[in-house]
Formats: sequence, C-alpha cells, structure tokens
Amino acid sequence: MNSSVSSTDAAPVAYASKLHVPRASSRPGEPPDFQSLMIPAAGAQDKPAFDVAPAATAELAHGLVRVLDDDGAAVGPWAPALSPARLRDGLRHMLHVRAYDDRMFRMQRQGKLSFYMKCTGEEAVAVAQAMALDAGDMLFPTYRQQGLLFVRGRPLVDMMCHCISNAGDNLKGRQMPVFYSWKEGNFFSISGNLATQYSQAVGWAMASAYKGEDHIASAWVGDGSTAEADVHNAMLFASTYKAPVLLNVVNNQWAISTPQSFASTGTTFAARGLGFNIPSVRVDGNDFLAVYAVTEWAAARARNGHGPTFVELLTYRVAGHSTSDNPDGYRASDEAAAWPLGDPVARLKQHLILLGEWSEQQHAELEEELKASVAADWKAAIALGTLEEGPHWPVASMFEDVFKEMPAYLKRQQAIVEERA
Amino acid sequence: MTTMSMVQAINSALDCSMARDPGVLVMGQDVGYFGGVFRCTEGLYDKYGAHRALDTPIAEGGIVAAAIGMGVNGLRPVVEMQFADYIYPAIDQIISELARLRHRSGGEFWAPVVVRAPSGGGIRGGQTHSQSPEGIFTHVCGLKTVMPSNPYDAKGLLISAIEDDDPVMFFEPKRIYNGPFYGHNNSHGGPSTWATHADGEVPEGHYTVPLGKARVVREGRDVTVLAYGTMVHVAEAAIAHSGVDAELLDLRTLLPLDVESVAASVQKTGRCVVVHEATRTSGYGAELVAEVQETCFWHLRAPVERVTGWDTPYPHAFEWEYFPSRERISEALKRAVACD
Repeated sequence: MNSSVSSTDAAPVAYASKLHVPRASSRPGEPPDFQSLMIPAAGAQDKPAFDVAPAATAELAHGLVRVLDDDGAAVGPWAPALSPARLRDGLRHMLHVRAYDDRMFRMQRQGKLSFYMKCTGEEAVAVAQAMALDAGDMLFPTYRQQGLLFVRGRPLVDMMCHCISNAGDNLKGRQMPVFYSWKEGNFFSISGNLATQYSQAVGWAMASAYKGEDHIASAWVGDGSTAEADVHNAMLFASTYKAPVLLNVVNNQWAISTPQSFASTGTTFAARGLGFNIPSVRVDGNDFLAVYAVTEWAAARARNGHGPTFVELLTYRVAGHSTSDNPDGYRASDEAAAWPLGDPVARLKQHLILLGEWSEQQHAELEEELKASVAADWKAAIALGTLEEGPHWPVASMFEDVFKEMPAYLKRQQAIVEERA
Repeated sequence: MTTMSMVQAINSALDCSMARDPGVLVMGQDVGYFGGVFRCTEGLYDKYGAHRALDTPIAEGGIVAAAIGMGVNGLRPVVEMQFADYIYPAIDQIISELARLRHRSGGEFWAPVVVRAPSGGGIRGGQTHSQSPEGIFTHVCGLKTVMPSNPYDAKGLLISAIEDDDPVMFFEPKRIYNGPFYGHNNSHGGPSTWATHADGEVPEGHYTVPLGKARVVREGRDVTVLAYGTMVHVAEAAIAHSGVDAELLDLRTLLPLDVESVAASVQKTGRCVVVHEATRTSGYGAELVAEVQETCFWHLRAPVERVTGWDTPYPHAFEWEYFPSRERISEALKRAVACD
C-alpha cells in the first residue's frame, strides 16, 4: 500500500517554506509603494552615438531617459527637435485615443460590444513611437497600442466596425474586439496569444535586411509577457542576425492581477537586453518627448545597419486590464494617483503651455471636439450594423481564408451552414 | 531522369525552388554550412550562400516565428525541424499563428511557410527520434499536412508545398531516406535501395506532384489499405505475404485528404485496413476510419481495422514489437477478407 492516509488523527504539519514570492506595489487597503522606483532627474542621461557598444548602454538600461522636467521644460541631450505643430499633433492623437477608449468602454458597459481594453495612462507609448517611425515600418503591436492606428490615420469608424463585428469589419467578424489588423497601415494582425508577434517581428526585420530594404520592424510586449519564451527567442534572433528591429517592453506594472515583479526578477526589464548584447534603454513612458527621442534614435540605429535596440517604457496601467477585469480586487484603488511619472497627456499639455503654444481653453475645446467626433464616428459605425442585430458578414464567409482556396471538405461544411441559414 | 535517394530528391527540390525564386530560403539547425544532419540541405550553402541556407540557434519556436515574419514580408521560408519529436516548442507558433494568420486577418496577412520534419521510427531512435506527430497537425485548421513515401513524390510534393501559398507541414519518414523499408529486417518485399526502385527515378528539373491527391500503389479487389510514409512499403510487403488481393493507397497528403480516391477504392473492395506508425488513440487513422464509415457505410462488408503503433511512448528495446509489422498488417488483411 502506498497511501498518504494516516491512521492517526494528528493535524498535518505545515511546511516551513523558504520560497521567495515577490510582492505587489500595493494590495487593496494598502498604501501604494513605489519607493523602489529610482526616478532620475530629467536630462540626466547621456545620449550615445548610434553605433554604441551594447555594454556601454548599461547606465541607460538601469536608469531612465527623461526629457520633461517637473515644470514641463524639455531638458538634456535627449530633447528631440519637434516643432510646436508636431507636439500639438501628438497631444491631439493622445486625446483622441483617450476619447475613443472612453466611448468604447461605455459602449461595452451598455452591451454594444462584447469586450474592450483601454490604454489609459499609456497613450504616449504608441502615439510618440508611431510618430517617430516611418510609414513603411512594420508594426507588431499587442492589444494595447491602439494609438499606433491613430497616428497612421486609420478611420475610427473602421476600428469601431471591427469591435462590433458588423458588415464593415475588415476581419469579417472573426476576431474579438481590439484585435485589429490593418495591412494598408503596416499594422500587423493582433493575436490573442501573448508575445508570439515579438519573434515574428524579428523575422520580418530579417527579411527586410535579406531583401536589402530600409524598412524596419517595431514590436511591443507587456511586462508580464516578457516571461514568454517568444521574448527570449526574439531577443536572441534579433541579436544573432543584427535584425533591424525595435523590441519594446511596455512596463505598465501589472499583468492582469500579477505585479511586474513576477517577471522583472528585481532589476529593470531593459537590463535584460544587455545579456543578449543588444543596446538597451529604459525610458519614461509617460514623457512624450523622451519616448519620441528614444524611438527615433533606435529607429535610426536599425535603419543604418546597427541592429536591434531593446527599449523598456516605464508607465502605469491606469484602467483595469480589460472590461472583464476589476482592479480593485488586487491593487489599491488610489494607486494610479500615486504613480510618480504622472499622466502623459497632462505632461505634454504642460510643456506646450510653457512654450506658449497651447492653453487650457484650447485644451478644453479640443477635448470637446474629439468627444463629439468620436460620438459621430460611433453613429456612423453602428449605421453599418451592430453586434446583436447585424448586418454581419454572410455566415458562409466563416469558411473563407482558412486556406487561400477553399478545399472540397470545407465547401461541404459551408453548404450545410448556408442551407440552415 | 536520374536515380535519387529521398534525401537527394528533397535536396533537389530545395535546389530547384531556390534557383527559381530568390524569396525561397532554407533555415534551421545545422542546415547551412554543415548541410543538415541528414544531408538534405547539402551544397545549398555553397551554392546560395549563408543568407539563404541559414543556420539558426536551437530554438524551434524562434525558427518558426522568424519564418512567419519572413513570410509576411514576402519570402518563402522552408524551415527544418531537426526531428519531428522536437517540433513541440514551436507548436504555439504553428497552431496559434502560422495556421490562423490568413483567417484571423480577413486575408490581409499570410505566410507561405513550409515546415520540414524528419519523422517516424524503425531506426532505433527511441522516444525522441521516432515519433509520428502528424495527427496533431491534421487536427489544426489552416495547415496542410504532407508525407511522401518515395523520392519521386518527395521532390514533387515538396516543390508543390514551397509554391503553395498556405502553410504546409512536410513530414519526411527518415527510415526511408536512403532506401525503401518493408519491415523489421527488410529482407522481404522488393528493392532495398532507391537506385533499384521505380520511384527512385527522379527528373532533375522542376516538376510538381499535386497536394491533396492520393496514389494507387497497387490495384486489388478484396480490401483497401490506406497508408502513407514508410508504412506504404511495409503494407506492400504485407499484401504479398498475406496473399490477399488488396488495393494499396498511398495518401501522400493527409490534409486535405483525397476523399474521392479513398471512397472509390473502399466502395469497390468493401473492406478497409488503415495503417500508420503513430499511436492509435485519436491518431490520424481514427479520422480515416470515420471518413470511410461516412462515405462507404453501405458498401462495407467488414469492420474497418487499424494497424498502428501502440498507445505508449516509442520504445528503444522493443522497437519491433511496437512498429506495425508485416505480420500484424497481414493478419488484419486476412481478418478483413474472412469477414463476410
């Protein structure tokens, strides 16, 4: 007999565990604790040459590139030469994304779409990075870089049609909301499987180099997903073949309910790039100017044959993970307010006002304008069909695109569905 | 025409494809400078360079992911998994990405990747050099799955796979890389090298064998044998051994399956024996049995039989008790015809 059932009634003795389990920055009812975050002053980091040796980026990987100081002034060697008009474009895109997120979140709560994910607090990441890249560069996003689409000019009506799976959905009702795909804008199809696109981006960049082209790839992954094997694969292949790719980690502190400490191993994410011999930079993800500057630098490196750059964007996920998530269940409800890097919209607004290129009134007017335009886009989208009522794509289209040509066995299944419809 | 082994035929298919299309490249562990552990990519490095016969790190998931990205960017990568047994780290990329990309993106993005993998047993390969995982991939929508049984088909099918715009899983039975194999001691059945086998005659230039079409290896009246890969030859030997007038179909492509050829044969013979090396439960044979049952129910005169590997990991010492033998297939044929 091999039985664990004891013949006595003695209570089992608990193990005296020596296992280390990381802690969160806060749990409900606790005060937020961002003490361990080292926030250097704006302008403190050097900006190296494009052909910098990876080991020489150790300070950049452990530090934090910041351009906007507490007063909203752009300081230091990383301050990019952006015209006020470009800065206002950036601010507008970020506000547009925020207005879109707000509307779509509320529409989900009203049952008009099945699911939604906001990027509140992280708008500078996608917007500034997309503005610093060329239109021919290929984007391999996660589900939280919707700002890329705004910069590249995707009509909001099309994005909304995708989210409600109506007849105007370019994905023909096949994907959950927010898993956008937009070939015309070089925006790669979003997958539910985390980090898979990270290593694909490296392959895309390898092909670009193989063909002798100048287009580069840019890939994103969250802090939690850095734990996936695909991230290791991506970094290794990018380094081995010196692929022209930007590997971005958006460290927003949370992977659903799991703190970033479960993947960061107590150091910065950027530091991981050094082990792969990739120049690595950690940047204030809520500083529009810093994000723009680092992306522009990394893109120029890639385009000029210097290979990949590994970039950690330090930010904070202000909203819940998704409409299916309630963050009050696992973190202090006031944690976002304690985030030391503030809000990306507020910081760029402050900078523009300091430059004398913006005002509170203009800001308020723009917010109202965008709110109204998003509302009008929503009306235009639902005029093309709603999730519950349709019209949707014809049900027979479900069988298309499994293969380029539909095999006979799928045609037989399609005929059954069509007959029943 | 010349005589080629299966290795040489695969090499020739890659060479022809690379010569015709600068977007075709081969990549995988040891495929470049060294020419592959089975020599399938020999000479390609010298002829096409390090960029097109691309050695990679040992990371199956990374290899397939990179190939997907390359495919999206207009190339036609032919990826090698050194053994089918080591394909599992790439499963997420194959199932979740490669297979679904065209569908999930509404046809916007796709990647014409071929994944080559030596598979099958009969070589004392033990647990991790003998597996036949084809049934895992035929279960995935969006993948085509192919397994040749001879040099002529291997070359023609591989060129078809490379030119196909859909992803193809291409399993190469390593037991028959250098010659046909008829069971345990290989003393019964026919020619022992491809040089003396009719299907070892291979055109040197470009030709294709269509995907999705089975081949009648031997015509017969009394029972249909459905086989692919190495088991085509073992089944051929078993038919001779049994004295049963069996019709042997080499399926060649498992998905999409040539249902018409299968149904036509079984409707003629009224009996069917399915043979594969892979384990039995939920193996590809179960799909074949179901297809035969659905399309041939009123013609069947005996239960459809399966002769397969046992439902155990592939053994080392007990290889010939595990591997479907000439005798086991022969007994199944006799049982089928005895049933009336």
